[in-house]
Amino acid sequence: MPEADRVVMTGEQLTRTVTRIAHEILEKNTGDDRLAVVGIHTRGAFLARRIHGILREIAGREVPLGELDISFYRDDVAARGAVGVVPTTPNPVVKSTDLSFDVDGATVVLVDDVLFTGRTIRAAIDALFDYGRPARVQLAVLVDRGHRELPIRPDYIGKNLPTARRERIEVHLTEVDGIDQVVLVSPAGEA
Amino acid sequence: MAKRDLLSIDDLNRAEAELILDTAESFLPVLQRDIKKVPTLRGRTIINMFYESSTRTLTSFELAAKRLSADTMNVRAAGSAVDKGESLKDTILTLSAYQPDIIVMRHPQIGAGRLASRYTSASVINAGDGKFQHPSQCLLDLFTMRQALGRSLDGLKVWIVGDILHSRVARSDIAGFQLLGMDVTVAGPPPLIPRGIESLGVKVEYALDRLAEADVIYLLRMQMERMQAGANFIPSLREYASLYGMTLERLRSGQKVMHPGPINRGIEISPEIADHPDTLILEQVEAGLAVRMAILYRTIVGYDERSTDERGAA
Amino acid sequence: MTVHVWSKGGVGVDLLIRGARAVDPQHELDQVVDVLVRKGRIAEVGGGLEATGRTRVVEADGKLLLPGFVDLHTHLRTPGREDEEDLTTASAAAAAGGYVAVFGMANTEPVVDSAPVLEGLAQRAAAEATVPTGFFAAVSKDLAGGQLTEMHELAEAGAVGFSDDGVPLATAQLLRRALQYAKVTDRFVAVHAQDDSLMGSGVMHEGAVSAKLGLGGIPAIAESADVARALEVARYEDGRLHLCHVSTELSLEHLARARELGLAVTAEATPHHLTLTDEKVYSLDSNLKMNPPLRPAGDRAALVMALKSGLIDCVATDHAPHAQQEKEVPFEAAPFGTTGLETAFAALHTGLVLSKELSLALLVERMSAAPARIAGIPSPSIASGAPADLCLVDPKERWTVIAADLHSRSTNSAWLGESLRGRVVLTVAAGRVVFERA
Repeated sequence: MPEADRVVMTGEQLTRTVTRIAHEILEKNTGDDRLAVVGIHTRGAFLARRIHGILREIAGREVPLGELDISFYRDDVAARGAVGVVPTTPNPVVKSTDLSFDVDGATVVLVDDVLFTGRTIRAAIDALFDYGRPARVQLAVLVDRGHRELPIRPDYIGKNLPTARRERIEVHLTEVDGIDQVVLVSPAGEA
Repeated sequence: MAKRDLLSIDDLNRAEAELILDTAESFLPVLQRDIKKVPTLRGRTIINMFYESSTRTLTSFELAAKRLSADTMNVRAAGSAVDKGESLKDTILTLSAYQPDIIVMRHPQIGAGRLASRYTSASVINAGDGKFQHPSQCLLDLFTMRQALGRSLDGLKVWIVGDILHSRVARSDIAGFQLLGMDVTVAGPPPLIPRGIESLGVKVEYALDRLAEADVIYLLRMQMERMQAGANFIPSLREYASLYGMTLERLRSGQKVMHPGPINRGIEISPEIADHPDTLILEQVEAGLAVRMAILYRTIVGYDERSTDERGAA
Repeated sequence: MTVHVWSKGGVGVDLLIRGARAVDPQHELDQVVDVLVRKGRIAEVGGGLEATGRTRVVEADGKLLLPGFVDLHTHLRTPGREDEEDLTTASAAAAAGGYVAVFGMANTEPVVDSAPVLEGLAQRAAAEATVPTGFFAAVSKDLAGGQLTEMHELAEAGAVGFSDDGVPLATAQLLRRALQYAKVTDRFVAVHAQDDSLMGSGVMHEGAVSAKLGLGGIPAIAESADVARALEVARYEDGRLHLCHVSTELSLEHLARARELGLAVTAEATPHHLTLTDEKVYSLDSNLKMNPPLRPAGDRAALVMALKSGLIDCVATDHAPHAQQEKEVPFEAAPFGTTGLETAFAALHTGLVLSKELSLALLVERMSAAPARIAGIPSPSIASGAPADLCLVDPKERWTVIAADLHSRSTNSAWLGESLRGRVVLTVAAGRVVFERA
């Protein structure tokens, strides 16, 4: 079924938004010398890298940067059900986790591209806690599209974009997709 | 998705085998950090049924299951209903009542896993069936080679030396090494090289004269049973060691030596080779845990690798 | 001292089989005819026959009418393992396969090694068997390979021949004595040729498939070396020898030379060796485990050529029922053997006749007249005056072999799940209808 795409954030807007988030992170955590930024694969990791770069540029702060793969923490794989029942979402390509700083006592800002049900963030927090005991965890997302199923709330939001369940938000990043933009995808026949 | 057994290396195509190896690699950091567990298989039940004694394979599979947070159960033949003559079929049917997700099985007879699979909806993973297959050993061997020699094994030459006839490790390795593009030669005393083995696409050698050709030398354990009076597979261990034992003189620089263990120092492998830096035996053991985690993971989760980010699911 | 077969008595049937294509090479018969059976004997073979009185009419347009088959090598498992097969179920399986006479091997519990045991069996057959059943007697007491059985008395009691089948003859000396003594019995010695030391603990043919699977291999020479030795002894003693279940090209070479020398040697081959190869064993299904084992394509092809040329005289099933719990185990642990009576014709029709490796007429001869001749009983015959020993076959019917449909008490068939073409619809043995499919 053909889909209709609508650009809801242009490249320029995206860049400005990411910069604004970086500033907000700095502001909220002034004086905290245990700040760290951890991106959630795949695009969250690239966003985290950009934020990390901006923090270095504007504030001269070299903040530890990490990335998390949450495949082993997803709740749908471990789901009890009939033996041999396939996970309802396709298996993600397993990438690597790199948290080479000391997680104990750190202020970790998790970064992801889209916040939806909250399950990915829940998995990321579980993964993070298997590496150590952070002092606090904050959440930065480029887009919040609503439809939370868990009590997860972001600390830093790029843009609030209410959506219908069957729509999709796609974040495109130059590093992966060759262009910076955010697109709202609706199934055909709907606006 | 129909249940996925792993009874033989032939159950995997090249992409699937490489996926297991890649997955094993992603488990390595988990095994190195303080909390060596992931919750992925929480709530799943994995039963280890070992009809043959084994320390390393059993503990490796058991630990792998625990690292994935699965519930595990060990069933041994001795002292169980099996000892009392319960048939394999009945044992499997009884265990199926616990609704296991995976049964890991080691059995002295060929095809036992395949038979068991008929009577359970659990996936059956073969941890060694008689002389036929030992797929997890082969996969950890491949993993070890990749770590030591680089991701691409295509075109590399490997010699498997020893008692091929009675070796399930050899049969799995021949299939697995070829699957990843390697050139396989089998070498050993003629009575211990199966008749017709050339049909598997391997070269056959009865001496180690051309051993220098090999990039990897894979040694098989010479089992003492072959020495029983009248068996006549080899006249003596001394002669075996002299003709086929791996020694420093036979090693050329750059070659790697592997062995599935346990080793017989002084017979198929000299003490100097056993302790040599180019011998990967310890690496093989370490690889075993990550590879078995990967096998258990893939058996439950599947081999379908579709690229996704969490757009829809987050 | 004639060969005897025993079965339940009964009134000979009155039957008119109309419009079938009757094939009987003994009479160079291959045409559509009507066959009238009266009181169990063939009264007339011709065109446009009419039924009178209460003669039942079987419309057989499109079907084949063949002389009934004779099996020279069946394991009846009675006495001793009636849980696997008894004389009633064996008859049912045989009849469903078109057989009008079967001969059971002596490796039962107790072994058929004395006249009283044979007579006891004969009585049971007379009470229970619907298909005429005969018996081999053992060469050695208890199959132990030591003492010869009282062969003369056993022949007088009606044994068809002597065999230790199940096991090979223990020594060449034993074979020699048996062939010598058999001369006073007017019977042959049937040999399961196998060199135990070469066979070792093998469970399948030694070759590419066993190399891949790791299953212990049985080399071809385990059979052919013993065949060669047996033929040497038979030549020396000028004895009557029959080779059971020949399976290798190497054995055929020895047999061909024996024929050239004019030895009184006959030989049989099984439906499974004629149509299946060792590649089947990749499934690790123990129903494909037999002794001699399934061989590679080259041996199979040579065997078919030999059957065609008459070097192999006849087909024999080596029907070997086994209890389900004994076969439903890993391959190495299972006993050797497959059932075969019910599927023999269909398997050979599908595998050899339809593929044009063998003509129907030749197959019929090898399954009927040839084994009858070796056994020393009258050949089933489609001719006026002959007892009605017939089977009616639907050559076009496709059927899948399913355990529940088989008539043997045991279900260990190498053809389970296979699709075959050609099925027996009616069997008349010794003038009585012993099988009919609805």
